[in-house]
Amino acid sequence: MAQSSTASKDAAVPDFGIDTVPMTTPEALRDYLARLRAGQLGSLPALLGLVALVVLFASLSDVFLSLNNVANLLAQGAGQTMIAMGIVFVLLVGEIDLSAGTASGAAGAVLAMHYVENGNLLGGMGSTVFILFISVLAVAALLAGLLRIWAGVAMSVLAIVLAASGIAANPWIEMLLALCVGTAIGCITGFLVAKIGMPSFVVTLGLFLAWQGVILQFIGEGGVLGISSSPVLNNVANGNLSPLGSWLLFVLAAGGFAAATLGRHFSRRRRGLVTQPTPLVLSKVGGITALGLAATVLLTINRSSNESVVVTGVPYVVPIILVLLTIGTYVLNRTSYGRHIYAVGGNREAARRAGINVVKIRASVFVVCSSVAALGAIVYSSKVGSVDPQAGGLNTLLFAVGAAVIGGASLFGGRGRVFDAVIGGTVLAIIANGLGLLKQPAAVVAVVTGLVLLLAATVDALSRQRASTSAR
Amino acid sequence: MNEPVLEIRGLNKSFGPVHVLHDVDLTVRAGEVTALVGDNGAGKSTLIKCVAGIYASDTGRVLFQGEPVHIRGPHDAAALSIEVVYQDLALADNLDVVQNMFLGRERGSRWLLDEASMEQAARETLASLSVRTVTSVRTPVSALSGGQRQTVAIAKAVLWKSKVVLLDEPTAALGVAQTRQVLDLVRRLAEQGIGVVLISHNMANVFDVADRISVLYLGRMAAEVPAKDVTHGQVVELITAGRSGELGLARPESVVL
Ligand SMILES: Nc1ncnc2c1ncn2[C@@H]1O[C@H](COP(=O)(O)OP(=O)(O)OP(=O)(O)O)[C@@H](O)[C@H]1O
Ligand SMILES: [Mg+2]
Repeated sequence: MAQSSTASKDAAVPDFGIDTVPMTTPEALRDYLARLRAGQLGSLPALLGLVALVVLFASLSDVFLSLNNVANLLAQGAGQTMIAMGIVFVLLVGEIDLSAGTASGAAGAVLAMHYVENGNLLGGMGSTVFILFISVLAVAALLAGLLRIWAGVAMSVLAIVLAASGIAANPWIEMLLALCVGTAIGCITGFLVAKIGMPSFVVTLGLFLAWQGVILQFIGEGGVLGISSSPVLNNVANGNLSPLGSWLLFVLAAGGFAAATLGRHFSRRRRGLVTQPTPLVLSKVGGITALGLAATVLLTINRSSNESVVVTGVPYVVPIILVLLTIGTYVLNRTSYGRHIYAVGGNREAARRAGINVVKIRASVFVVCSSVAALGAIVYSSKVGSVDPQAGGLNTLLFAVGAAVIGGASLFGGRGRVFDAVIGGTVLAIIANGLGLLKQPAAVVAVVTGLVLLLAATVDALSRQRASTSAR
Repeated sequence: MNEPVLEIRGLNKSFGPVHVLHDVDLTVRAGEVTALVGDNGAGKSTLIKCVAGIYASDTGRVLFQGEPVHIRGPHDAAALSIEVVYQDLALADNLDVVQNMFLGRERGSRWLLDEASMEQAARETLASLSVRTVTSVRTPVSALSGGQRQTVAIAKAVLWKSKVVLLDEPTAALGVAQTRQVLDLVRRLAEQGIGVVLISHNMANVFDVADRISVLYLGRMAAEVPAKDVTHGQVVELITAGRSGELGLARPESVVL
């Protein structure tokens, strides 16, 4: 192996133009431009849109760029952004999960009921509903077992244990329970789509309605389950890191990003593989570090409008989103599981012939999606301080799908990143927040959001055309 | 005469009521190119897919290096180092060349892929095949021409140090120069001791590279003969009528589907 590598390396030089000669910065930029022209846009349109929106709203409203509003904006969009992050996994295999919103709502309702009833779900639900609830969780565990998704089995069983034990209210237990319920829901969806072979659109449309009914049953018509009296549950979306914690986060995040990027860059260099030019990589790392630094400085300034209270620090939702983003990106880019998700989305038959367990992969993305959606439910429930029968309903799901698509994920499968959901979610949060500040009615917000989504879909379709015509 | 590496005995395959393969025998010898020819719909691709574990055969035995084996899925075929290049190339468009070549058999641990080593290996393989037209192994397959895709698919077989390589019409969509390259490549595979099965409709190509010719006629093996013992015309007759003089099926007229 090693011998043949040195022998053929010289031969390789003329064979792969840009592959063996390190690129200079101008060459790398030209290469990037060429790829843009060929239709490989990535999240560039969404990023440009983001900048344009920020400039627009900043010029129209003095409040928009105020520290208080920025921090608020981050927390407002976090829940739906997290649901979008899960949906990216489903979109990648070319499926859709319409039930992610109400599934998250159901997880949120269980969380709130456990808190309000001090762990007595049996009392909160009534014995018939409680037995049905436990049975559904048991079915989920069974289906996950049939799919050999062991994490799904474990989480579903854990949900049964937590629910049946009647353990007293504890915010951490409640959040864990919500996550477990989300995972269990995903096992059911995944089984129906991947193993039974029903179209995901129909399965999740049915489940969308079913979970909505479940939420209504749990909470009751016109009911509200308040959770803001729990400091931990309230702080998830409304609390901030201490200034020291904020700086620690900055050091961890920026340092981690730099270490990962540079480590990869130099290890590829050492092995004689093509890399981007070092100055370009360094300026990328530098730029992102500078952005993080500026954000941390600004968010550790007191932003309270009231003299007597001090509000400083980075909102908790930022590290929550960053952790999810890091894990999601790592899984998709660096593990064989992630690689197989892309393969199934790109060419299911090719994946099958390569020996990939297509059924399991397709089922697992629904498990990931519902689990992450349940985490999103924790955040948006915390933001409003309560769970009502509308939780996760209305536009939650459509906004989440919209966020993923605006960010650059493709509805046709095979293309998308978790980062896309973050960008798209931020765009939607800015639109809602900015138009709200400008005192625009809900009608305008809805129309504008719809137009932005159409614009994003147009860019996606045009770049696809471009990519397919320039391919050969 | 070379050792048989893969022997298929009495293989039957039906799709519902349609009986596509009838008691098919096929012998693949190490270091030889066996051409598998037959008219459209004769069952060539189906036979290949049965060997590859894509389809389950109804009855029949498969011997690999003399040992009976059961191929239940693509994994089993890969474990026996049987590599297949499909007529409808099985490549994922959204993945790049390296990712496609290693698909399903990624290097590194499950939790951390070894991208660098995969990239190096893919490049060395392509370079050893003198592939000049692919600018970067990190190009997504959607941006490659038909011939380049074919090359990637064949390079995969070389990369995996296969013992048997099954090629389903690898030159059907290629220009003259690229066809030549692929045929050279096919010969080179055989010279390395690999048992090669080549499906092709082009008789000139078949006589160019094949050591033996196996003719499928309406799902039955009409003849398995050394290439030097038959003429062009005889093979064409075997393909179209199932019989040519002494060669071929006993009474092809009685064969009904
Ligand atoms: N998945 C399937 N379901 C039903 N029938 C099939 C299937 N695949 C192939 N067949 C039938 O089996 C027969 C053999 O098909 P096959 O693709 O093996 O032919 P072939 O020899 O490869 O032809 P060609 O030279 O056109 O590629 C055809 O009659 C075809 O209609
Ligand atoms: Mg065929």
